[in-house]
Amino acid sequence: MEQQIIVAGFGGQGVLLMGQLLAYAGMLEGQEVSWMPSYGPEMRGGSANCAVVISDRPVGSPKVEDATAVIAMNRPSMEQFEKNVVPGGGLLYNSSLIEVKPTRDDIRVVAVPCNDIAQELGNARVANMVMLGAYIELTKLFPMDALVEALRHKLGPSKEKLIPLNRKAMEAGAACVHKA
Amino acid sequence: MARQMMKGNEAIAEAAVQAGCRYFFGYPITPQNEIPEYMSARLPEVGGAFIQAESEVAAINMVYGAAGTGARCMTSSSSPGISLKQEGISYIVGAELPCVIVNMMRGGPGLGSIQPAQSDYFQATRGGGHGDYHMVVFAPASVQEAVELTQRAFDVADQYRNPVMVLGDGIIGQMMEPVTMPDYKPRNLPEKTWAATGWKNDGSRPRAVINSLYIQAQDCEDMNKRLQKKYDEMAQNELMVETQMMEDAEYAIVAYGTTARIALTAIRQAREQGVKAGLIRPITLWPFPTETIAKAAKQVKKMLTVEMSMGQMVEDVRAAACGACPVGFYGRTGGVIPGVREIYNQIMSMKEAE
Repeated sequence: MEQQIIVAGFGGQGVLLMGQLLAYAGMLEGQEVSWMPSYGPEMRGGSANCAVVISDRPVGSPKVEDATAVIAMNRPSMEQFEKNVVPGGGLLYNSSLIEVKPTRDDIRVVAVPCNDIAQELGNARVANMVMLGAYIELTKLFPMDALVEALRHKLGPSKEKLIPLNRKAMEAGAACVHKA
Repeated sequence: MARQMMKGNEAIAEAAVQAGCRYFFGYPITPQNEIPEYMSARLPEVGGAFIQAESEVAAINMVYGAAGTGARCMTSSSSPGISLKQEGISYIVGAELPCVIVNMMRGGPGLGSIQPAQSDYFQATRGGGHGDYHMVVFAPASVQEAVELTQRAFDVADQYRNPVMVLGDGIIGQMMEPVTMPDYKPRNLPEKTWAATGWKNDGSRPRAVINSLYIQAQDCEDMNKRLQKKYDEMAQNELMVETQMMEDAEYAIVAYGTTARIALTAIRQAREQGVKAGLIRPITLWPFPTETIAKAAKQVKKMLTVEMSMGQMVEDVRAAACGACPVGFYGRTGGVIPGVREIYNQIMSMKEAE
């Protein structure tokens, strides 16, 4: 088993955090993991992406080209990385911000209206958690609790009050997968 | 200690603190800024000191001074900043003082780029500054290994009274991986009787003099011969190399750092296609695993060196192979990271070229 994931969007969407949570949850589940950000002269509003590998053997390349899943939070990201999904892999895209449809027909495509769902939940900032919920539901990589645990670690005890909202966001994202 | 996710730079800094490093002097540069950032918060907690110097030249000379007192100290930078430190490093070698220097390499020459590179291999393994000298150079390929090698670097530095370099590509500093902090125990090290800790004229010890100037040629040659003896001992004792899938290999890939990880995935894929490829990964770049490569060169049909440079380590690989097999080279540079597919294609074309 080896999951190779590219998470991409624009700076400020929580793209790097999404990757970190996936890697951290993978580690909690006893897997070998790596998280590699594309670091460059990027800034808020610019493009951001990271590569995550979750594997049952020591991770070779931390750089991902042939992705088992691409998570695209905005249109330029989908256009850039759609080609990297391996046949049979998954493409999850943020249909709130991406008005076009992916062109590939040899992959599993899931539209997740992340921003719309986040708005309904009352906090636009949990759009990324909506998407992570969808990803976990699609791949069944590990239980959602592992992801919540990863977030709890990241936020620290002072922000424990934010956990229920984020869990709700993940669950709402998970529900999207079955509608698709 | 439990497994935790850490960024390479932060893990190196914490490993250094746990190995007893109490003094850090640096100047900011991407992609290693998390090391000084972490140190600035952490060192005061353990009674140490962090100084952001006014320049790289100042930082390395502060290391020179702190090292003279026998304290464990370090500096870190990235390629252009390491160039600026070369004079100081040469002085520290000449004065026979221990310290650890981390270089998270980025694209060069000049200011270059801020993305990962391995184009400071020559500088790190040939000395870098002026004069005849060497340092042990460690090249970690994972965050866990970066932690272990950083701690080992302090021991090696103390054992030989010589600077030690930890040479990472930017990815090693920037990526996050699970780390288990080792329960650090220093190796059996000589006492630092040479340290300048405040001389009392009570006959308890001779004065400690920190100096690299030998104005008489014969004295300077004698110093060089003494240093050379240390380099011979380092070469004898400190060599580290890892091989994977080399037992039956017909093709050997030689790579270090993150490049070796990418090559490993390409090798696994080639193996799935029945191509018997294997990996030789130098962990110390100096001393270099010449014998491992010489032996492999007699076994394999071809070798390929892969680097994030225009071809530097390949010179050492060719010298070690000594004509026993052809040695090819594949490199990306300037901050471009080679992909698995590129290296896989290189392996397959070695096979097809027969």
